[in-house]
Amino acid sequence: MASVNRETLIDPLINNNPISLQILGLCSALAVTTQMSTALVMSLAVIAVLCLSNVLISVMRNLIPPSIRIIVQLTVIASLVIITDQILKAFVFDISKQLTVFIGLIITNCIIMGRAEAFAMQNKPSLSLIDGLGNGMGYGLVLMVVAFVRELFGSGKLFGYSVMPLTTEGGWYEPNGMMLLAPAAFFLIGCFIWVVRSWKTEQVEEDFHVGALLEPGHEGSLR
Amino acid sequence: MQYSTRYIIAFSAAVCIVCALFVAGSAVLLRDRQERNVVLDRQKNVLDVAGVIKPGEFLTPAEIESRFAASVRPKLINLATGDINTTLDATTFNQREAARDPATSRAVPPNPSKVFRVPDQALIYEVVNDGGDLNAVILPIQGYGLWSTLYGYLALDPDMNTIRGITFYEQGETAGLGGEVENPRWKAKWPGRKVFDSQGRIKIAVKKGPAGTPEKDPYQVDGISGATITSRGVTNMLHFWMGKEAFGPFIEKEKEKEAMPPVAKS
Repeated sequence: MASVNRETLIDPLINNNPISLQILGLCSALAVTTQMSTALVMSLAVIAVLCLSNVLISVMRNLIPPSIRIIVQLTVIASLVIITDQILKAFVFDISKQLTVFIGLIITNCIIMGRAEAFAMQNKPSLSLIDGLGNGMGYGLVLMVVAFVRELFGSGKLFGYSVMPLTTEGGWYEPNGMMLLAPAAFFLIGCFIWVVRSWKTEQVEEDFHVGALLEPGHEGSLR
Repeated sequence: MQYSTRYIIAFSAAVCIVCALFVAGSAVLLRDRQERNVVLDRQKNVLDVAGVIKPGEFLTPAEIESRFAASVRPKLINLATGDINTTLDATTFNQREAARDPATSRAVPPNPSKVFRVPDQALIYEVVNDGGDLNAVILPIQGYGLWSTLYGYLALDPDMNTIRGITFYEQGETAGLGGEVENPRWKAKWPGRKVFDSQGRIKIAVKKGPAGTPEKDPYQVDGISGATITSRGVTNMLHFWMGKEAFGPFIEKEKEKEAMPPVAKS
């Protein structure tokens, strides 16, 4: 049992990462990763919503009529996201201003509904909590790596503290403006996937054909 | 397992009611805190645009409140005449509500900033230095960009022409592109530029591409790359709010005062 818990927690970090393997939740990964502080708050918000939604859905899993399960999941997730947004506005106003609509858009983050539908509907609450934590951290890990590179090379800072003084502020580092634009996150996530798949070669997808999706063991590729 | 229609309706109703209770509860419980944050943010923006807060300086909420109380005087301006209104209370005045209410606002001709009504009275801030002399005047501005209405402040030196700073406290432009109007590095390009040319025409504009230093190129500011329409929106709103429909009469009067020799304070 302990090993199942461990696997549920650790697996989504690299082996079954929601962003790099399942390619879910990319929209927000592009938008909030220009600074590490916003990426961190976004990661924490997603972890909180994901854990709570997994637990709540799992508690109700035997009560939810299958015909309305998707809309029930969405109602729960949307409520949690609104509450998260309210809390951020009350306690970390500056950061919630920077995150603007993206907190609200956690509702549409495929990772959350994906985990509710694929995991919490079949598993008990404690394991679902661990799954939510694992997947949230897997998402957060990619966000923090991408934000680290973007903030460091885009503005010479980490968490807002100057690491490489900019030429515009009397230093020596000429910032790479592209890092601050959305495409940079695409390149970095691409590089992240490349690195992970060179290391874990079993993640490399075989030549793709639609029929492969229907074979056993490829369910993860359905998105 | 088969679920009856009645069960499905009851279940979905229960889920909705529980979720609604939590959402409403969080909104009600946190409202006071959120409103204080909004006020603090507004005050911080006012201090920031007037240069009372140095770039990179961090203030606690209590420090923001005390500095605001010490150096900022809210005033109400009658937009049509440009006179200061002393009968209404500036501290409780809500300009956005006043602009919505037909009894306290008037319609303006169509303009590219998509401002439809302006309030009869507008809330401005006078910033005084330690000696009590006027240091800067802060005027509220708003206008349409690409997706959203931007709300901000323009701070002018007492000559009512030289820009002290600009800031936007509420906008919904594309993050990273139009949203860069909030970037301190872009805002730092504004101080020292002039709104009016020597004939008194509004000349300030955000241009496409880089502009020169404020001394060489006083009427132009660098555009934000990738945000042409937001940049144009900023130009439009400055032309509207500095113009005759909005703060024009007030600016004229203040300039006359500035040009006259100082009178003994009563």
